[in-house]
This record gives sequence, C-alpha cells and structure tokens, in this order.
Amino acid sequence: MVYRGPYKVRVEEKDIPKIEHPNDAIVRVSKGAICGSDLHLYHGMMPDTRVGMTFGHEFVGSVHEVGSSVQNLTVGDRVMVPFNVYCGSCYFCSRGLYSNCHNVNPNATAVGGIYGYSHTCGGYDGGQAEFVRVPFADVGPFRIPEWMDEEDAVLLTDALPTGYFGAQLGDIVEGDTVVVFGAGPVGLFAAKSAWIMGAGRVIVIDHLEYRLEKARSFAHAETYNFVEYEDIVVQLKKATDYLGADVVIDAVGAEADGNFLQHLTSAKLKLQGGSPVALNWAIDSVRKGGTVSVVGAYGPIFSAVKFGDAMNKGLTLRMNQCPVKRQWPRLFEHIRNGYLKPSDLVTHRIPLEHIAEGYHIFSAKLDNIIKPLVVAGPL
Amino acid sequence: MPEVATPYVSAKPAPRRSAEELRAQIPGWGADLDPSDRPSYPREKPGIDTGSHWDFPERQPETYPRERSVEHAFLPPVFGTSTPLAGVSGVIRKYAYKYGEGRAAHWLLLVAGDRVDAWTHHLRSFATLRPDNPVTETGVLSEFSRHGVSSRFGKKRADKNHQWIDPIIVGGPWALAVGAVATATLRYLRRRHIS
Repeated sequence: MVYRGPYKVRVEEKDIPKIEHPNDAIVRVSKGAICGSDLHLYHGMMPDTRVGMTFGHEFVGSVHEVGSSVQNLTVGDRVMVPFNVYCGSCYFCSRGLYSNCHNVNPNATAVGGIYGYSHTCGGYDGGQAEFVRVPFADVGPFRIPEWMDEEDAVLLTDALPTGYFGAQLGDIVEGDTVVVFGAGPVGLFAAKSAWIMGAGRVIVIDHLEYRLEKARSFAHAETYNFVEYEDIVVQLKKATDYLGADVVIDAVGAEADGNFLQHLTSAKLKLQGGSPVALNWAIDSVRKGGTVSVVGAYGPIFSAVKFGDAMNKGLTLRMNQCPVKRQWPRLFEHIRNGYLKPSDLVTHRIPLEHIAEGYHIFSAKLDNIIKPLVVAGPL
Repeated sequence: MPEVATPYVSAKPAPRRSAEELRAQIPGWGADLDPSDRPSYPREKPGIDTGSHWDFPERQPETYPRERSVEHAFLPPVFGTSTPLAGVSGVIRKYAYKYGEGRAAHWLLLVAGDRVDAWTHHLRSFATLRPDNPVTETGVLSEFSRHGVSSRFGKKRADKNHQWIDPIIVGGPWALAVGAVATATLRYLRRRHIS
C-alpha cells in the first residue's frame, strides 16, 4: 500500500526493497496489521508523512535476502519483527531502551526508528506490503517459535507488548485499582496485564459498547462508557470511594474523543500533537501521589495537557514507546502458560488489495472492529 | 471500611476480592507481582545481549543528500530511504530541518509540507494513467458492506459529533477545485462572447 494524502491509501507496484546496509534483511511479509496509531498517519496528523510511503509496523514473514554481515538469520527463516528499528549498541539500546535508539533516525532525536511511520520516525517503509527492508537483522527480528501461532506472533510485534509495557510503567503493587482509558487492542492487553501484575481492580473506559463488552469478557474488567456520564472523572472518583485510582493508563493517544474542541484542533485541524482528552482524564482521575502511564501515541507538536493538576497532585508520569523485544521472553511464557491469547482480539483479516477499505472500517469503527490483520497472500 | 470516604482517613479501601479469589478467577493473576519478573524493570538495564556485533555500526551509503535534525551530531549510520525530498514540498521540508526539534516552526513547516505534498501529488496524478480516485482510495464503499448505518445508529458513540467533518476534509478541496475551474471557464467563455 502507499499513502496518497489524508484518508487515502491505495495499492501500487513498488520495486522489491534492496539491501542498503550489510546488516539488512529483506523480509517477505505473510501477515501484517493495522495499528490504531497508523490512523494518526492516515489522518495526516504526524508531521513529515510523505505521499508514496508504505505504512505498517506490525508484521511477520520469511527472510527473503540477507546482507553480508548478517549472522543470526538465513533465507527462509520465519521471523517476527518488533516495530522498533534499533541498532542494539548505542547509549540507549545498550541500556535496554530500544525504542529510543539514536542510530536509526536522522529526522528526529526525540524518537527512535519505527517501520512505516513517517520520516519523523526515520523514513522507513513498512510492512503493509509484500516485502520490507529490515535493518539490523541480527538485532530486531526473531525466529517465530514452532509452537507459536502466526497471528499471535503478529500481535507480539506491537499491540501486546505495548499493553503489557503500559501496565509495567504503572508500577502496580498488589491490590491496586487500575483504570485503563481505551478499549482498543493496547488498552485491552494493558487491562489483562494489570491483573498479571497483581491489580485488585481493573476498570476500562471507552465509548464503544462492543469494545467495552470485550473488556468485560476478555480482560475481566469493570467498564464505564464515558458517553453515559456527564463527567467521567467524577464517576471514577465515586467508583473509588472518592480516592481516585492508584494507577491510570492512557491507551488512547492522539485521537481521543470526549471533547469536541480538543478533537477538532488536533485530529482535524492538526494544531495540536494530539487530543489530550484521555490524558487529562487520567491526570484528574488518578489519586494524589498516583502514577499515570502513557502508551497512547502523540505527535511531536504541543498538546493542551493539564500539567498543573499533575504537579499539584504529586503524580508520577511514566511513558515511552515500548521496547518490544525486551518483553518477548516473559510474554512467551505467559502465552505458553495460557495466561494470554493475543489473537483473541483479531476481528478482521483483510487482503492487502483491499487495504483502503480496511483503513476506513478501522478509522470509522465499523463492523465491531477491534484488530484488523492484513494478509499479503491468499487468506 | 471507614464510615467517612477513604481519602479523609488513613485506611485504604478494603479489597473487594482476596488474592486467593483473584488467583482462582483470573488466569495468570499475580504472575508478575514481583517487579524483578517484569522485563522493563528497572527501566534501564545495561548488559542485555542485543545481538549486535559492533560498537558503532557500519555506515549505510548516503546515495542522496539525506536531511537530518540539527540536533544530531552527524547523519546516523542507518536511515530510511522510502521517499526522498522532492518538489515544492521538499523545499518546505528541507527548510523545516533548519530549525531544532524544540521549535514550533520545525513541526508546523513539516505539517505545511505534508499538505503541499498531498495536493501536488493529486494534481500530478491527473497527468497519469491512474489519477487519484477519492472513492476507491478512501475505502468509503465499505460503509455499505460493513454496516455503516447499524454501526452508528442507536449507539452511544462519542465520535458521531465529528465524523461529519471527514467527508468535508476529503471532498471539500475537490469541490472547491471543481468550483474554481468551473468559474474560471465560465468567465473565459463570457469574455469571449462579449468580445
């Protein structure tokens, strides 16, 4: 697929990518996915998103070609590729901060490299395609274990690790009340992960009833539809005996609904880096001294965040893009133990040639969509 | 449970369910209770084997002048080459990279470059055998095949208050362009008729 401007994508023939660095691999994609954060690109919100770029940072496939210095992969290996492009050796990578790599993104120092996520994230084409260039093939990609379902592997390249990471950022202790804003895939995985870390209550907030139903059945969560309340923050205070939650996770990010003006000035007029409605609700509904974890994606332009409340309440704000591969060994254990089944959230499997419809369905939230996969070959 | 609400006294609210109940009811409850079992604890953890076998990576050849943030000491060794700077939008974007990432000018110029990029590509597409098609490229026909009405009608959805703007964002400029061309054509024809 290629981006043709806001709200427009189409399938085009492109050359098969070439090895550009000795540690590159070319991966033939078998399955990819559309992420909620892809919608920020699709809607034209991320600066330096160029017409002709291919999106997609969640994908798995087989190795088609390797560069001269690649040692850990061979042609034909089935691999899962974390959404982070990273070198494994810079100041940040060598401390485990793979999402903050300093060697892969000329366009910005504030963000690492991400496949198919604008030039602000390095200018790499992504995996909603038949072939993709994968830099640092000895560092990022990993052979898919024999026992692992391929659809689970796709969700392990971003959505599940990001949700799990969001729960970790909350520093949850036993019995904590955890609120998750957003019942998309990342929010649902964050809610599920909060239990794994010992939460005593997990509450999920959204405005799409079918997603809240999934939060109840998949993530065992209490739920509130914020549309039904005049003020969801007041409702959460009531629900927590006026204390507030110990931990609140923002799994919504830049296109949050709930305040028309905030949404208009960010998602539509692009005057803010993102609509901080969920983040502001998180700041206001967490208890004093509590922790707000942010894994929802925001653009680099300023946003109207209620920072005074965060300061006055003595909050700990923790956030980052997820360093995906760091999460995998433990997540593999949780999947094998039956605690997590990532592909339970897959609702749609979209052929690559119908990608434009896939984006519209996901953007407009039609057909009870939660997680759409993109299938490069036959379904 | 205290008689007055929790924040006004020191006791925490009593747990609704005990650890034993939660462990029995929720698969995996408490498996990562110990922070040392959490893979991103502590946040910075030196010494992980990442698979890299270099101190500083070999440099990818720079086959065209690659724009970079002025906050970088040099061009990083690896970079994307998906869509090099080109045309008017390329000039705007190149200028944006003169400003640091902390400056609004940097990002707002990039956003302006994005809009110019989209428009110039739309216009150029009309000189090709595959002009942009707002119907197929927006996927809007899925409204009919994927329950566009029932997904919204009767549902408490917060996004209904702004979804009406989307067709204006996509179709508005096209309508304006068609109007401008029609107006110019009419004026031209009138002028010819008068003369």
